[in-house]
Amino acid sequence: MDQVVEMPEMKPMPRRDRALAKRIWRNKWLYIMISPGVLYFLIFKYFPMFGLIIAFEDYKPYPGKGITGSEWVGLKHFHRLFTEPDFLNILGNTLTLFALNLVFFFPIPILLSLMLNEVRLSVFKRTFQTLVYLPHFMSWVIIVSISFVMLTMDGGIINSLLEYFGFNKINFLLSPDWFRPVYILQVIWREAGWGTIIYLAAIASIDPQLYEAARMDGAGRLRQMWHVTLPSIRSVIVVLLILKIGDVLELGFEHVYLLLNSMNRDVAEIIDTYVYTAGLRQGQFSYSAAIGLFKSVIGLVLVLFANRLAKRMGEEGIY
Amino acid sequence: MVEDRTFGNRMFTAINYLLLTVIALVTILPFVHIVAGSFTTNAELAAKRFVLIPTQWSFDAYTFIFSTNTIMRAMAVSVGVTLFGTLFSMLLTSLMAYGLARRDLDGRRFLNLFVVITMLFHGGLIPTFIVVKNLGLINSYASLVLPAAISAFNMIILRSFFQNIPDGLEESARIDGCSDFGTLFRIVLPLSMPALATISLFYAVTYWNTYSNAIFYLSDSDKWPIQVLLRQIVVLASGFESDASLDSTVPPPDQAVKMAVIVVSTLPILIVYPFLQKHFAKGALVGSIKG
Repeated sequence: MDQVVEMPEMKPMPRRDRALAKRIWRNKWLYIMISPGVLYFLIFKYFPMFGLIIAFEDYKPYPGKGITGSEWVGLKHFHRLFTEPDFLNILGNTLTLFALNLVFFFPIPILLSLMLNEVRLSVFKRTFQTLVYLPHFMSWVIIVSISFVMLTMDGGIINSLLEYFGFNKINFLLSPDWFRPVYILQVIWREAGWGTIIYLAAIASIDPQLYEAARMDGAGRLRQMWHVTLPSIRSVIVVLLILKIGDVLELGFEHVYLLLNSMNRDVAEIIDTYVYTAGLRQGQFSYSAAIGLFKSVIGLVLVLFANRLAKRMGEEGIY
Repeated sequence: MVEDRTFGNRMFTAINYLLLTVIALVTILPFVHIVAGSFTTNAELAAKRFVLIPTQWSFDAYTFIFSTNTIMRAMAVSVGVTLFGTLFSMLLTSLMAYGLARRDLDGRRFLNLFVVITMLFHGGLIPTFIVVKNLGLINSYASLVLPAAISAFNMIILRSFFQNIPDGLEESARIDGCSDFGTLFRIVLPLSMPALATISLFYAVTYWNTYSNAIFYLSDSDKWPIQVLLRQIVVLASGFESDASLDSTVPPPDQAVKMAVIVVSTLPILIVYPFLQKHFAKGALVGSIKG
C-alpha cells in the first residue's frame, strides 16, 4: 500500500495500475500464503460481525429463514433489554465484577513487580517468577476445581481448618455473599504473577543512572521506587489500564460460568453467562445477540474513550 | 549495584523477601495440597485436614480413574485436539505472519488493520455459533480447532519476530532462486525456533484448556475433552454415570478421586511448563510484544 502512494504522482494511472498488478503477480505466492489466515478471519471473525444483524430480526434457524430470511423487527430486542429488570441486575453484576477487578486486581501486578525489582538475589527472583507464573497456564476449570475441593463443606481443607479453630463452617461455594470474594481471589491467584511480566520488562529498561542520581540525593529504597521506578513505568500502566477498560464487560465467560449455580445466580449472572443461557440453552438467538452487540459496542466505545483520555493526559495511548 | 547499609534499607529488604516468600507459598501450596491429597487415603485426608506429604501412600484414586474409560477417552480427545490443533494453528499462523511481515506486500497495511479490528470488536457468541452450525461443525472435533485456529495476538507476535530477521538473508535466498515458500521454510522458520516454540506452547496450552468451545459446540458427552469432564466430576460430582461399566448407584467421587482427576488433567501443562518458563526468562517474548 505505502509503496503505491510513494510512486511519482505525475505518471499516468494505467501505468501505475500495471506496475501494481505486476507486483501483485510477482508476490502471488505470498498472497496464497496469507489466504488461509484471511479466510479464517473472514469466516470466524467477520461473518459473525455481519451475523449481528439477527439482533434486529426474529431469527429462526430454519431453512428458508436464517440470517437473511428472518423477519426484521428493528429495535424490539433492545427495547426488551432495557425494560427487563433482569437485565439491569445482570449489567449491575457485570459492572461490579469489573470494578472489583480494577480496584483489587489491577494494582497487584504493579506492586509485585516493584517488590520483585528490589530483589538482588537472582535465584530468588527466578524461582519466584517460576512459581507465580504457573497458575496462569492452568485452565479456569482447574483453578475452580482446586478451589472447589478446598472450599467445599464436606471435607474441604478450609472449612476443616475453620472448624478446628472453633469457627462456623462457611458455604463459600453456594453463598451469594461469598461469590465476589471467591471470584476476585481466584483472579488474583491465577493472573497476578503473570501480570508482572510486562511491568518487569518496562522496569528493566530504566536507565540505572537515574537510580544513581537519586541515591546521590540521599533517596532510600522506598523513595527511589516512588520517584524513579513508578514514573518510569507510568506509560505502561496507562496502556494496560486502557486495555483493561476496553475489556470492561470481558470478564471471562468461563470463569464466572464455572462459579455460577442456582444459589448465587442473583449476584453471579453476568452478561456473558446470560447470553449463553438465554441464547444457546433457551434458543432466544436474536435477543441474546442483541445483548452481545450491546456489550461489544460498549467495550469499543470505552476503549476509544479511554485512549482519547490518555492522549489528552499526555500519554501515548495504544494507537 | 552497591547497597546502602542503612538500617531502613535493610529492614526494607528483609520485609520484601519475607512478603514475596509468603506470596509464592500461598500461590503454590494449593497445588501441592492437591497432588499430595491425590496420593492419600481418604481416612488420612479426613483426619489430618492439611496434607502436604502423605504418610500412608495410596494409589486407589488413580487405580479408580484408570479403570473407568470415561476419563481415558476424554484424555485421548484432549491429546488429539491439542496435537492436531497446535500443528494446524502453527501452520496457518506462520504462513500469515510471514506474508504480512514482508514489506513488499501490497495491501499490507489494510491486511494488518483487518486483523487488528477483530481484536477490538467481535460478533460474540451467538453469531459465531450460527456460523459454526452452518458450516456443519456442531458435534465435531473440528469445532474445537477451527474457530480458534489463529490467535490475532500470537500472529502479531510472530510477525514482529519475522520482521526483525535481517532482510539480507531472505534477499540472498531469493537471488539464489529460492521461492517464497522455500524462503519461509528453509530460512525464516529455522531462524525463528525460539519464537515458534513459545507460540506453539501457547497454542498447545490453549487447546489443552479448551472448555467454552466444547460446551458451546459439543452436545455429545462421548466427545468431551478432559476439561469438561473434570468440571462434571469435581463441581457437579457426576460424570461417571455415562460409564456402562459402573453401577449407577456408585456414590459421588470422593475427595482423593477428585484430586487425582485434577492432577491428571494438569499433568501435561506441568510437563511443558519448564520449557515455556525458559523462554520467559530470556525475555524474548516480551521484547517482541513491545515491538
